[in-house]
Amino acid sequence: MPKLINKSEIIENTWQTLDKDFSGKLPDGSILVPLNYLLENPLILDSNPNIGIWLDSDQNSEALEPYLNKLSLIAINFPKFVDGRGYSYARILRDRLDYQGELRAIGDILHDQLFYLKRCGFDSFAVREDKNIEVALQGLEDFSDSYQIATDQPEPLFRRR
Amino acid sequence: MYKYDGYDKQIVQERTKQFRGQTDRYFDGTLAADEFLPLRLQNGLYVQRLAPMFRVAIPYGMLSALQLRKLAELSREYDKGYVHLTTRQNVQFNWPDLRDVPDMLEELNSVEMHSIQTSGNCIRNTTTDQFAGVATNELMDPRPYCEIIRQWSTLHPEFAFLPRKFKISVNACPDTDRTASLVNDIALELVKNEKDEIGFRVLVGGGLGRTPIIASEIRSFLPEKHLLSYLDSILRVYNMHGRRDNKFKARIKILVKALTPAKFAELVEAEWLNNKDKASTLTQAEVSRVKGFFTEPAYAQLENEPSAYTEKKAEHKGFANWINRNVNEHKKPGYAIVTLTLKKTGVPTGDISDKQLNIVADMADKYSFGEVRITHDHNIVLADVQKDQLFELWNEAKTLGFATPNLGMLTDMICCPGGDYCGLANAKSIPVAEALQIKFDDLDFIYDLGELDLNISGCMNACGHHHIGNIGILGVDKRGAEFYQVSLGGSSGRDASIGKILGPSFARAEMPDVIEKIINVYLENRTNEELFIDTFRRIGMAPFKERVYAKAN
Repeated sequence: MPKLINKSEIIENTWQTLDKDFSGKLPDGSILVPLNYLLENPLILDSNPNIGIWLDSDQNSEALEPYLNKLSLIAINFPKFVDGRGYSYARILRDRLDYQGELRAIGDILHDQLFYLKRCGFDSFAVREDKNIEVALQGLEDFSDSYQIATDQPEPLFRRR
Repeated sequence: MYKYDGYDKQIVQERTKQFRGQTDRYFDGTLAADEFLPLRLQNGLYVQRLAPMFRVAIPYGMLSALQLRKLAELSREYDKGYVHLTTRQNVQFNWPDLRDVPDMLEELNSVEMHSIQTSGNCIRNTTTDQFAGVATNELMDPRPYCEIIRQWSTLHPEFAFLPRKFKISVNACPDTDRTASLVNDIALELVKNEKDEIGFRVLVGGGLGRTPIIASEIRSFLPEKHLLSYLDSILRVYNMHGRRDNKFKARIKILVKALTPAKFAELVEAEWLNNKDKASTLTQAEVSRVKGFFTEPAYAQLENEPSAYTEKKAEHKGFANWINRNVNEHKKPGYAIVTLTLKKTGVPTGDISDKQLNIVADMADKYSFGEVRITHDHNIVLADVQKDQLFELWNEAKTLGFATPNLGMLTDMICCPGGDYCGLANAKSIPVAEALQIKFDDLDFIYDLGELDLNISGCMNACGHHHIGNIGILGVDKRGAEFYQVSLGGSSGRDASIGKILGPSFARAEMPDVIEKIINVYLENRTNEELFIDTFRRIGMAPFKERVYAKAN
């Protein structure tokens, strides 16, 4: 069973991620559904509590605004860890749209991005399966303070020092 | 200059610890080479043609004597006894061992230095005027704002993986620009509005490389307190919309051009409405705190033209030449700004040895309150020298080879490391610079030419700023051989412009004669007061082209 980091705990990842172009009937169990499927089937959130929605790196999180009160899990995909668009999508969800549910980083998620992801409002991390997730977990704590505001720290250092 | 407190120290030390861990994981095989690459780049570490190249940050070019001595020590201990000063006011080691870099970083941290974001697709070192704080014509000292930007950009969690590198420059002189600011991704110009309030004129989308573009204004006045939220907004628009499919089209300049500056400005303003007036808003307490690090040193009350100085100038033509070229007016009576030029013929442009670094440190202590500044054209500035000490300083600088009185002249070139060192280069650039320095070694001739920027890049990445040289030279690959393309009419000042290509490229051996022909066209056509760039703008490319490509009889 693959694992993921939830807050700072390592737990089993029971979620199945459907392909970006998935169509047809949704399978049973906990599923991450692509944004496009939701846009075409907006009622799925009313009937199924085990649904999260995932965004790809070319899909701005603003598209989820009408659905936020029905969502408890949003995942943002990083097809390559050097594609940094998801950091901005996360901050828009958290800081502007006030999304309070779980925000998960999926895809090419590695040790050295975890601290930045956490700062931008992600609280679960599906670390790439070929990596040692226990070692990667340490990446959440690389720095004990930061200069600038982000989702995790609303006050910049200059207002605290 | 800025001094670290406990927070600053902790952040750079934690970055060093993080990098040590990344290096260890790379060597034990749990971090793949392609995964390590962006991480080491974000810490200034390239792997070059012959060895790793390690770039250390010099925030807005400011260095203390203590830091100079540390660089000297590290270059001796871990490198070949010299370093290279870059066009981003930084410093590079060319031969370190990858395994030693974490130890070097600890040493650097001990003197409040680091290599954070000196490379990679993130926000780079903010540059400014090397005469900041002492120039006669600046609105105010830009360095506190550079430091505020440095802190905001350091390990910014949202902008660590941008489409491409990102460079910010701050200028505070209404009538000059010594920072080449208009070829930065963001150019900030300190201005005052009609109510005498401080703020910034904001320009975006400048850059060199394959697609050279001069930055466009997107806001004529941004109040000082909104600096960081506005920068956040520009960066967010770029992070979300900048191209990621082609690294040659990924800089913000391409996005701004594709959208038009007006449309780009609209997106930024819309984003900013969400970000402004929140906790990022600068407080007066913070601005004052940072300004407190850039107060005036303990200047003496001096007469402006002491007789010891004026007499020496009358007696020694060499000294007078050097004063005229390499010494600038200072805002305080009796003080002067000295530029030590690192352009000695036979030494690669911008290279400086450990011994020289130590001597410069001693000179800084003796003459200039223990501080120096690095310039984007590879020189070193002693910013606060008493005029009555200039003669003594000149004699010391001469023995070091730092007093060639050619600042701003033809032989004071910007030149990238080129094919001798760099893995990207198409052609060598250092031998071209050297051949030109040998060809044009007559100082009287150089003075007669007046100010003339000649810039050389070994490839189209344009690290040598060839697009904005009055004369630009670009190394190109022509069927496997090294050739050089010449452009004319570039400028890096307030009237920044991109040079135009003269025509087909030349073999290296032809270059000194080609440049001589270009200069002769200028000499024959100039009016009394015209600099090279003025004559070029008046008469255009055609006369230069005709002369250079004329068939030999």
